Amino acid sequence: MSTTDPVHAIAAKRWTIALVLSVLMLAIYFGFILLVAFGKGLLSILLTQGLSLGILLGALTIVSCWILSLIYVIWANRSYDQAVAQAIARTTTPAGRKP
Amino acid sequence: MSGSNPLAILFFFVFIALTLGVTYWAAKRTKTTEHFYAAGHGVTGFQNGLALAGDYMSAASFLGIAGLVALNGFDGLIYSTGWLVGWPIILFLIAEPLRNLGKYTFSDVVAYRLQQRPVRIAAVIGTMAVVLTYLIAQMVGAGTLIKLLFSLDYTLAVVIVGIVMMTYVLFGGMLATTWVQIIKACLLLGGAVVLAVLVLAQFGFNPTALFAKAAELNGKQVLEPGTKVVTGAWDAVSLGLALMFGTAGLPHILMRFYTVPDAKQARISVVWATIWIGGFYLITFVLGFGAMVLVGMKEVVGAGGGGNMAAPLLANAVGGSAFFGFICAVAFATILAVVAGLTLSGAAALSHDIWVNVVKGGQASEREQLKVARIAAVILGVCAIVLGIIFQGQNIAYMVGLTFSIAASANFPALVLAIFWRRFTTWGAVTAIVLGTVSTLVLLYCGPTIQVDILKNDIAEVSKQWVVLPAQESLPDHYDSVVSVGDRGLAAHAGTGCRGRLCRGGAPRHLGGIG
Repeated sequence: MSTTDPVHAIAAKRWTIALVLSVLMLAIYFGFILLVAFGKGLLSILLTQGLSLGILLGALTIVSCWILSLIYVIWANRSYDQAVAQAIARTTTPAGRKP
Repeated sequence: MSGSNPLAILFFFVFIALTLGVTYWAAKRTKTTEHFYAAGHGVTGFQNGLALAGDYMSAASFLGIAGLVALNGFDGLIYSTGWLVGWPIILFLIAEPLRNLGKYTFSDVVAYRLQQRPVRIAAVIGTMAVVLTYLIAQMVGAGTLIKLLFSLDYTLAVVIVGIVMMTYVLFGGMLATTWVQIIKACLLLGGAVVLAVLVLAQFGFNPTALFAKAAELNGKQVLEPGTKVVTGAWDAVSLGLALMFGTAGLPHILMRFYTVPDAKQARISVVWATIWIGGFYLITFVLGFGAMVLVGMKEVVGAGGGGNMAAPLLANAVGGSAFFGFICAVAFATILAVVAGLTLSGAAALSHDIWVNVVKGGQASEREQLKVARIAAVILGVCAIVLGIIFQGQNIAYMVGLTFSIAASANFPALVLAIFWRRFTTWGAVTAIVLGTVSTLVLLYCGPTIQVDILKNDIAEVSKQWVVLPAQESLPDHYDSVVSVGDRGLAAHAGTGCRGRLCRGGAPRHLGGIG
């Protein structure tokens, strides 16, 4: 298979997006964990009565899981699936190939 | 909470009757291996999302985290976040290729381009190590919990859980197991939401008012990172790695992706699972602090079970004995559903990977495959009961940590490398899994969790031994030794490279009290 194969190009794009989102997820979570380990003073700051920055960032870590997942699934459902279907329809390679 | 609660027993029997009814319905539809292992690939993304949440949210999530937060405040929340962040990684990197390349088990994907026999044997070692350690944790947790909740004998409780779980798997296969997970997930989420609403109602539906009250009663430190859960920077990183990548290496979770018809539904199911599990962990913030304020730290400790009674006691405090009974039954259902999922994935590994693909070289009739799968399920069920009884009183937190450490350092790297790396070899895959499993076990044995906490050795003695085994203390040493293995082996090792710290450090030490 040559690299100009449209199905391969789309698959490569999916991997790029998947890797970027994975790195973002890792950065957010390990950012939070490293703050817990090294930034005790910072996380102890009270934003309002009862709400420390640590609790807020913990909750935001969970929310960021949702946001990144939704970004991926919306892109994949709208663009990726359609692009794959079009590419498969256009190529003359034997049917049944998976992206 | 001594003395049995008749309502709890009633709720529990309603759950058993309902799930056995589902099993009867599923048994009539389970005629082929495709049904037994993968529910005929007919589960929708939304349903599988709920079932994934049901498979994943063990009693450790519900009772363990609520207890950790009730007793430690902020530090418990590290687990709430850590146990969720593996899910987006599964979504981005694993779910779709897994569904596209595999049939019934994750070994299908690892062995896809490689020699079947050695890779499958290695993958089954990784699978069984995870399944058995997790089963022990769940069974010991079940026995201890049921003893506390229903005042039932430990051995009897373990036998009941084992037999009911075996019934689901044996007759209903994946279809029954899926619906048991869905029912359990709905009960658990529903119960947790009602509990949280009842708690928040006392604080004007303002969570920060609850947190403020907790700080007022127990000091400002409950809202701050302490030193109880994460003792050092490297422990924090190691704990993070184990929680994150361990999730993506659990065979019973990976197996669920074969129940949906295609990669698109697999993708959708992970998003739903992430939403349910994340929402549930946000609720644990409220439940934990709620128990700290409305029940009190002393009472939570006094109830026994290492803080695991926090959520049931909270239910009693805000909803009376009827709600207490309901939450107890939900906790029991939670354990039952998780062990069923584990047993099914173990049975699939023994039957589909070992019997069909290793012993029979891929040639076996449907009838024979189903028979072997059911025999494997019975063997595992009996093993679970026997191990649950043998390991009574064992440190469950350690077993759960071991499970996640093995999954993170054996199964996850092999799976990711098989998906991503075209030059991945049979030798690389076998080394990745076997070395990951064995070294996790060996290093855990040498680490402070066992040597200091369980065997009660002097920390100074243990430190002397570390000089002899430097790999567990210094990752650079580890990578030096790996270079000599050569190109192919290197990546396999790199994937497992986190293990030194994983095993020595935080992961196994403090994971929620009950598996």
